[in-house]
Amino acid sequence: MDYINAIILLLNFTILPALTYGSQLALGAIFVTLIYGILRFANFATGDMMSFGTMFAVLLTYYFQSIGLSLGFLPTALLTIPIAIFMMIFYMLIIDKFVFSYYRIKKSPPVQLAMVSVGVMFVTQAIIRIIIGPSDRRFLDGEKFILKATEFKQMTGLNEGLTIKSTQIITIVVTIVVVSIMFWFLNKTKTGTSMRAYSDNEDLALLSGIDPKKVVLITWIIAGILATIGGVLYGLDKSYRPFVYFNNMLPIFAAAIVGGIGNPYGAFLGGYVIAFAEIFLTYAYKKFFGYILPETLEPNSLVQLLSTDYKFAISFSILVIVLLFRPSGIFEGKKI
Amino acid sequence: MRNYANVIAAYSVMLILIILVGIFQSWSIALSILNYCLISAVMTIGANIQWGYAGLINFGIMGYTALGGLAVVLVSVAPVPEAWSVGGLNLLICLFLIFSMVISIRIIIKKYKLLKNKYSIIAGIIILGIILIRFISAPAIEAIEAIDPAKTGFLGGLGLPVLFSWIVGGLFAAGVAFVIGKIALGLRADYLAIATLLIAEIIVSIIKHEDWLSRGVKNVIGLKRPAPYEIDLQNSEWFINLVEKFNSSKLNLVNSVSDYQDILKQLVIDASSVYVKLCFTGLFLIVVIALLILTQRALYSPWGRKMRAIRDNEISAAAMGKNIVKEHLLIFVLGSAIVGLAGAMMVTNDGLFTPGSYRPMRYTFVIWVMVIVGGTGNNFGAILGGFVVWFLWVQAAPISLFLINLFTAHLPETNDLKVHLINSAPYFRFLIIGIGLLFIMRYRPQGILPEKIVKN
Repeated sequence: MDYINAIILLLNFTILPALTYGSQLALGAIFVTLIYGILRFANFATGDMMSFGTMFAVLLTYYFQSIGLSLGFLPTALLTIPIAIFMMIFYMLIIDKFVFSYYRIKKSPPVQLAMVSVGVMFVTQAIIRIIIGPSDRRFLDGEKFILKATEFKQMTGLNEGLTIKSTQIITIVVTIVVVSIMFWFLNKTKTGTSMRAYSDNEDLALLSGIDPKKVVLITWIIAGILATIGGVLYGLDKSYRPFVYFNNMLPIFAAAIVGGIGNPYGAFLGGYVIAFAEIFLTYAYKKFFGYILPETLEPNSLVQLLSTDYKFAISFSILVIVLLFRPSGIFEGKKI
Repeated sequence: MRNYANVIAAYSVMLILIILVGIFQSWSIALSILNYCLISAVMTIGANIQWGYAGLINFGIMGYTALGGLAVVLVSVAPVPEAWSVGGLNLLICLFLIFSMVISIRIIIKKYKLLKNKYSIIAGIIILGIILIRFISAPAIEAIEAIDPAKTGFLGGLGLPVLFSWIVGGLFAAGVAFVIGKIALGLRADYLAIATLLIAEIIVSIIKHEDWLSRGVKNVIGLKRPAPYEIDLQNSEWFINLVEKFNSSKLNLVNSVSDYQDILKQLVIDASSVYVKLCFTGLFLIVVIALLILTQRALYSPWGRKMRAIRDNEISAAAMGKNIVKEHLLIFVLGSAIVGLAGAMMVTNDGLFTPGSYRPMRYTFVIWVMVIVGGTGNNFGAILGGFVVWFLWVQAAPISLFLINLFTAHLPETNDLKVHLINSAPYFRFLIIGIGLLFIMRYRPQGILPEKIVKN
């Protein structure tokens, strides 16, 4: 019985949150890695682009709520995602047309493109703050919990409760669906194959008649879908605050590089690596050991490896270690 | 002289702008903008050494700035003897432990290269060390933070003069940059950018959360100053006489004695804040000019030519026998040290250390915009960039408020759009800076004052 309690405890406080957070990071990391692989620059506007898409979802949610449109027990935000994605792609294409395409055609070095993306970051942040302001917003409605701790305790008679938030299940399910469609697209369709070819060797791809404009367009469309969905899922699970989204860029970058930048599978797994490391290393195991160890051995301290203040620092340390020992990432990305 | 015509013109425009602020807003505001411009200029000199001379992209400026600020606290604040007596010994033991960990790992890496399970031994040392350190430091940290947490709750500093901390700030940043450079400099440019950005975030989060060291987010206020305090000036005879002399024509028009006293008092209060800021301006100007002379000499020395050669073509420079790794590390450390110095100057100017305020937007990206807008590889350009961008950063809100009012003049005061725009006026600074950066990158990628190669 104690062992089951211990497992439920871990499931409730580490595994479920880590899976959720990991899914959100994974979507962002695939976004970073696609831009890096195909357009060949580190996009420092990542976090703010995710924030931009989410902003529309938030505003539309408020609008739909005011006219009484809802999805019942599901959050209204899910209904707004398609429109938000459309706006996001529209914005990205405008930015690409007026900013990035010039440097791409000129074949500028990646560093220059990265600096340009810093400019885009400033502009995007300004637009977001001017439209919606910097404050914290919650836009989750519908059913909050699928399973409450007290219900679970009554059902099973265990000491530990298991809480499943609806946002956790929505995040995981939506991520699996989106990512599997994307991988199917990249691997099985002709356009997807041409994108991978373009990413591997631009000159050869052009030689075999792949239209670079089309590849860039599709890349931005996929990027827009991933950025918006990732952003909305994060916002539903926590809350929407522009500054937090900007900061999220950092673990997302870490996930993309850990997974091997330019490699979408790596980025997907990298998101979970970062999330699990952050949560497992900062969780206080006192109660867990209380269940599995005999009473005489029970620990007095919290048995916490690192305080939660250093959550971000963990992902960055992993990144530094990976860069030192396997610079191309755990799952082999582009060569540095 | 002719070569410097555009430099002189650009700086004159900047000076006129600041004087205009002095005339139309107030001299106190103008001087505080000027002081921050000078601090930004020091930061841009540091970033320009790395990016302009050697082509190294360092997005970790925030981290070095924070380290410089930490140096001011650790050097100039008076020590807290109670804290030292309860926890000082344990923390010194921990310091010694960290030191011996680093040395033993170095020995293993250098001497036992062929050992098979080298990495597992290193990992073992690190894990064992962390557990030991936590075990020793936890009670000490708790005890230190319990001592009068509203006022101290930390070890305090050394109680030395604050100017000394500027040098220490530079040394701190240099030391950390050396370690980071050893780790990260082998990476390709954009990876280096990301890695330094993340490492800076780690540095700031350590400063933010280790309360025993820096008081963390509880901030350290009332730091020492290299300039007199306003309140002392207001009470000193010579200063009041000076103000009276300066404003004698204005004061002579006043008839009644009580009015005269009131006006004089107000003038003394205004003048004291201007005087203090002038003292800082003088100090900062000395630093900026000294750095400018040094960097200018370095740029046109054989060493500067070598750096440019490495920047423009690494492979051929390596073929000529230049040690690229060593030179990159040197320039990384030098640039970071200057940024650390700027961080210390900034905290001294503010008189308070607020770890919570170190954010990558303000302390990394804005500095980068300064370097790129001003002109990479040109010291005068970098300094000018610091001035221009900081001026815009501060004055963007009033300018955009003016523009909003101009364009929405036909709308009534209660119009929702107008109210919303006026409330979000502070955020237009991001828009102005961002669009400015994009335009410069597109139409004048070499910056306002481009790099000049002097051939002799």
